[in-house]
Amino acid sequence: MSEEVMRVEHVSKSFGPVQALSDINLSVSRGQILGLIGDNGAGKSTLIKILTGYHQPDGGRLVFEGQPVQLKSVTHARSLGIETVFQDLAMINDLPVYLNLHLNKELVHKPLPFLRRREMKRRAREALDAIGINIPSVTAEVGQLSGGQRQAIAVARSVYSGNAKLLLLDEPLAAMGAKEGGLILRLLAQLKQRGDIAIILIAHNYSQVVDVCDRVNLLQHGEITFDKASKETSVSELLELVHAEYRVNTGT
Amino acid sequence: MTDALTDKRSGRTEPGGEPPRGGFWLGLIRVKELSILVVTIAVAIYFSLTSGPGFSTPANYHTIAQYVAPWAIVGAGEVMVLICGQIDLSAGFVFTLSPFVLMLFYNNGVPLFLAVILAVAVSAAIGVVNGLVHTIFGLSAFITTLGMAFLLWGLSLIISGGSPVSAPTGSWVVSVFGGWGWSEFLWAVVIVAVMQVVLSTTRFGIATQATGGNPIGAAESGIRTNRVKVVCFTIVAGLSGLAGILQGTRVGSYDPTNGGFNTMFFGVAAAVIGGTALLGGSGTVIGAFLGALLLGLVYDGFNLTGISANGFYVVLGAAILIAALLNVYLSVIRKRLGRQ
Repeated sequence: MSEEVMRVEHVSKSFGPVQALSDINLSVSRGQILGLIGDNGAGKSTLIKILTGYHQPDGGRLVFEGQPVQLKSVTHARSLGIETVFQDLAMINDLPVYLNLHLNKELVHKPLPFLRRREMKRRAREALDAIGINIPSVTAEVGQLSGGQRQAIAVARSVYSGNAKLLLLDEPLAAMGAKEGGLILRLLAQLKQRGDIAIILIAHNYSQVVDVCDRVNLLQHGEITFDKASKETSVSELLELVHAEYRVNTGT
Repeated sequence: MTDALTDKRSGRTEPGGEPPRGGFWLGLIRVKELSILVVTIAVAIYFSLTSGPGFSTPANYHTIAQYVAPWAIVGAGEVMVLICGQIDLSAGFVFTLSPFVLMLFYNNGVPLFLAVILAVAVSAAIGVVNGLVHTIFGLSAFITTLGMAFLLWGLSLIISGGSPVSAPTGSWVVSVFGGWGWSEFLWAVVIVAVMQVVLSTTRFGIATQATGGNPIGAAESGIRTNRVKVVCFTIVAGLSGLAGILQGTRVGSYDPTNGGFNTMFFGVAAAVIGGTALLGGSGTVIGAFLGALLLGLVYDGFNLTGISANGFYVVLGAAILIAALLNVYLSVIRKRLGRQ
């Protein structure tokens, strides 16, 4: 098995009296996609926010590339190579694709403050080619693109940042049609093939998770209650697990 | 190929040819600016044909330039704030106040040139206050700058005693800052050029557009959106203060009834007619300049043809509405074209 990028050991987190995460253990390696599923309120967002350095865990620890780390902030996590694509994508609709790819990392003619637009366009085209995203033009405004294309560019930006080692995707397939979702899944499959980054994918749609992920973890009430390789599980098994939870909750 | 993503081997973005030469300059001007330019030229031709021999004379060009300059300078600043998704309602009263600040320094023995610099610095500081109140206390820019507008209005009346004072004379500084007939317009042109370059060729310009276009996204990308906003408020206030000094010095008297909401709204109108989105995210300084030029031409043309000044406001109102509608409509069309 390839090299482990992130291991979460016995992580817990409370907000006042609310125990959001009680004992989380998971691990993801280079070239691997870990699917994280769970009902609303199961603790998915809290876990993602801990992995991105936005929240600090109350207990347990994170081991990043073999070293225990305390992520102090989102910027700190990013400097280590932990990139996140949030649901809102952080795209600026009025700006062209190549400027979005370089957002807040624009190239300038040092020591002059002027933008190197031509170079940024060239690099943007290269970056998109490298991971096989086809858009009409890197000078197109992002607002003119479809949801799937925007999501793809957001993913490309995270990977393109240079030292991305762990990519966190928060519901990348939410609010997206089957065709658009398929584009993103193919992009993820390509990133997996490249084999240089680990990916954690949070999703609702179980069939897509089983298709693209190597492992599936189910998060329930702040704990990982299920951990299997995708090959050894099926959509029906995952659905059954979630339905079982409903039956318990509703007493039927 | 209709899919946004394709197989890695066949996957290509556009053919990797060189971007067209001159892209730098073309990038500064967009369709919106070209359309307003066409309208402006059409209006100029119309008035030169219909309003008698008085229109196409150097003296009249000078008159138009005098109308346009303050609107263009205030407009250049308002564009920056509007792109941030904010508005500065107090800019016109910074315009009113700054000449009196200049006189406070000048009358207390500060050399004239230094007094001008200090007055502009005080104006800019008012912008810093606007920006900090807005960003630290989360007060909307509309309310913050509305309060600041009345506050500055009152201050101008108190400092001036409600009556005009003569502007300084007999110094090279006077000639440079408005005394020479074309200096105010020249300042406007230089300011517009510099601000357009800042907006479209620097990281700050991109950060400004990002801040207005998607504040949360910009912040998630690490852009310090509050700082960007404070700088933009500082720019509009500093420029408005300078414009107030230029205007008063040109006329030879500093008048507490100069500037005000009128000047501010002409600046905003110029920006909107020039294609700046009121909700932030996009706009150009050149567009605002063309907007100011169009307003100046119409204002002057109405005067020459003897149409009452009241009619001018009807045209101004219609122009703003048409420009704003066009803005919305154009972006819808572009979106549709982009989707195909």
